[in-house]
Amino acid sequence: MSIDDRDFRPVIAAFCCNWCSYAGADLAGSSRMKYPAEVKIIRVPCSCRVNPMFILRTFEKGADGVILCGCHPGDCHYSTGNYYTRRRMASLISLMEFVGLERGRVRVEWVSAAEGAKFAETMNEFVEHIRALGKNTRLEDLRCKN
Amino acid sequence: MQKIGVFVCHCGTNIAATVDVLRVVEAAAKEPGVVHAQDYPYMCSEAGQALIASAIRDKGLTGIVVCSCSPRMHEATFRKCAERAGLNPYMVEIANIREHCSWIHKDMEEATQKAIILARAAIAKVHLNTPLAAGHSQVTKRALVIGGGIAGIQTALDIAEAGYPVDIVEKNPSIGGRMAQLDKTFPTLDCSACILTPKMVEAAAHPNIRIFTYSEVERVTGFVGDFTVDIRKHARSVDMDKCTGCGLCQEKCPSRKTPDEFNRALGTRSAIYTPFAQAIPNVPVIDREHCIKFKTGKCGLCQTVCAAGAIDYTQSDEIVSEKYGAIVVATGFDTIKLDRFGEYAYDQSKDVITSLELERIMNAAGPTGGHLERLSDGRMPREMVFIQCVGSRCSDGRGKSYCSKICCMYTAKHAMLIRDKYPDVNVTVFYIDVRTPGKNFDEFYRRAVEQYGVNYIKGQVGKVAPLPDGRLRVSGSDLIDGKAVEITADMVVLATAIEPDPSARRLASMLTASIDTNDFLTEAHPKLRPVESPTAGVYLSGVSQGPKDIPETVSQAGACAAKVIGLLAKDRLTTNPCTAHSDQLLCNGCSACANVCPYGAISYEQREVNDHGVRGERRIAVVNNALCQGCGACTVTCPSGAMDLQGFSNRQLIAEVDAICR
Repeated sequence: MSIDDRDFRPVIAAFCCNWCSYAGADLAGSSRMKYPAEVKIIRVPCSCRVNPMFILRTFEKGADGVILCGCHPGDCHYSTGNYYTRRRMASLISLMEFVGLERGRVRVEWVSAAEGAKFAETMNEFVEHIRALGKNTRLEDLRCKN
Repeated sequence: MQKIGVFVCHCGTNIAATVDVLRVVEAAAKEPGVVHAQDYPYMCSEAGQALIASAIRDKGLTGIVVCSCSPRMHEATFRKCAERAGLNPYMVEIANIREHCSWIHKDMEEATQKAIILARAAIAKVHLNTPLAAGHSQVTKRALVIGGGIAGIQTALDIAEAGYPVDIVEKNPSIGGRMAQLDKTFPTLDCSACILTPKMVEAAAHPNIRIFTYSEVERVTGFVGDFTVDIRKHARSVDMDKCTGCGLCQEKCPSRKTPDEFNRALGTRSAIYTPFAQAIPNVPVIDREHCIKFKTGKCGLCQTVCAAGAIDYTQSDEIVSEKYGAIVVATGFDTIKLDRFGEYAYDQSKDVITSLELERIMNAAGPTGGHLERLSDGRMPREMVFIQCVGSRCSDGRGKSYCSKICCMYTAKHAMLIRDKYPDVNVTVFYIDVRTPGKNFDEFYRRAVEQYGVNYIKGQVGKVAPLPDGRLRVSGSDLIDGKAVEITADMVVLATAIEPDPSARRLASMLTASIDTNDFLTEAHPKLRPVESPTAGVYLSGVSQGPKDIPETVSQAGACAAKVIGLLAKDRLTTNPCTAHSDQLLCNGCSACANVCPYGAISYEQREVNDHGVRGERRIAVVNNALCQGCGACTVTCPSGAMDLQGFSNRQLIAEVDAICR
């Protein structure tokens, strides 16, 4: 690993549904669990609110990884929202791989409100994985660069 | 351009210890549109809120960002504060720099940088906020209690006493739940039935309470204040109105080999049965799976002997649809299965039993008539061993990681009762820790040790082995003396872990109430809102929320009732204004949104539209704001991008994304 790699601070966005995963992240915080500061959480009412376009936009703007967290299938606050998420993200991830984005830059995880530890573990793993992948250069929009 | 105020909270040292609050203020002040930025030790305090209110008034702020704890904590507080100062409450955004920042990071520089970015994202979002107005919805002044154990009964009674109608739905033929199965209760040694049955009678006789037994919740739709619930009333095969409860049918029934669930399958019952003598309602049900009439068509004896003509083999399940304002989950618990704990020989010997089975053996109405005896040969045991934490506090994944909370006390109770009634029986208890917090609990345990001479050994049991003579060799360790212990016992009682009733998971999905990894329902806040589910209008009572004993269950049931009464006392509720809406100019009426809406909130109207100067009629999606719950499924589905969600609009979320990636 070169020195540059070690200094690499990825930009990571985490979309979290208000009812399960955002609360899980709150629990991770109130339980004083640790995960890297690179993770920035965006609150959405339901994981199904996340348009695949938002994820593309995040990469376009230079993010190195995007993770989407929702309630476990069957436990969605809105009954069926995360089923849509599951289908949409399966297509999106498949498309991302088709266009040549490294595997694992987009990830979907189900984290309940009681799973603070799982939230922290997931974020630790994800950031580690993105660090290993290095900077996202394939989907970055160079026009956004000065 | 918005005029935005940013307020950064220290939260004492909760935030300020890891986030340089002043640098966050400085950075926020430089963001476009920010005309006011300040910090304060406790933004949620009255003084903090006064600061916000005066800044809104003095500087004419059109939007504010509070950098503080989770919006799940104080979003409502700051919205109300804004409203008091004349700002629309939905012009408030929270940057969560405590739970999502200061509490998870140690490095001050890192945490400060992150807090600045989170503040920036919230500022970017609030720029695009629009004033929203909450609507109102009606409250159906009736509550549903799911589960007719002590938790459900107490909740229902308290709600009914306040003057609101309540329905109890119980899946068994009688209400009473687990408490009805217990013999005595700690720490007073009251007879369980003697204190429970008056409550059962009171519930049954209460003019505001309706009880649906042998019934299950099948479907739940709607939302707080306006739930519609389909209840399946299983066919009882006995007419509730005609039956006099004489019991002759049960006496005459020739099918008597069905394991008796109420006695934990230690005895048998007839196919037409009431689970126990004090059952409410005192109307039997026919267990069609074991009834000879239903299996072979021959028999019909019960119908012949029933003088009231109450037996009706043609009954079928009935679905009742009712409206409720609030739903209480009181589904209780069961003991875990012991198939993964082969070392205790539960499946190998009839004399290894669970504590709940012992409860039935000790009970006068139980399978042995209340005599303590071995189930294998009917002899009285001389040597009894109790094993604590069987499947509780289990770290190897075979059982439950939590403490079942009630076992230490009921084991002390069993040990004490046995020593009291049969002083010749030696009682040994293997324990990991004895946990007796609770009023008069430790005194109770001390009595078992000091007054009744129960032998407590700190240590775990490695193996229970049945011996050729029918006795049981219990091999364990004494951690205090550091020695191996071997006891030849006549009976072994396992303090088996408790787990939520299996129905809880299905019910939670129906109610869209969250559930934890152990299938206990989750509270809206573990400390401050312990009897409410995060799903509005759903409340938690009893063990469905977590292990607890009877006094705790009863107190929680009362608390739960108070919350329900608080809701039912309201004439109307304010609804969430963060709902979807469609842009008439973009919508082409394709129906994609209506197909994904879980609430049926989207319908279509022919509307006159102006398409680039051409006037015409078009089918347009219209969202019913009273039904829309704001999930946003439609917004992503819409192929033309006509659907958007207020409060979480496409532009707002993209602004957040951009701010984070900047």
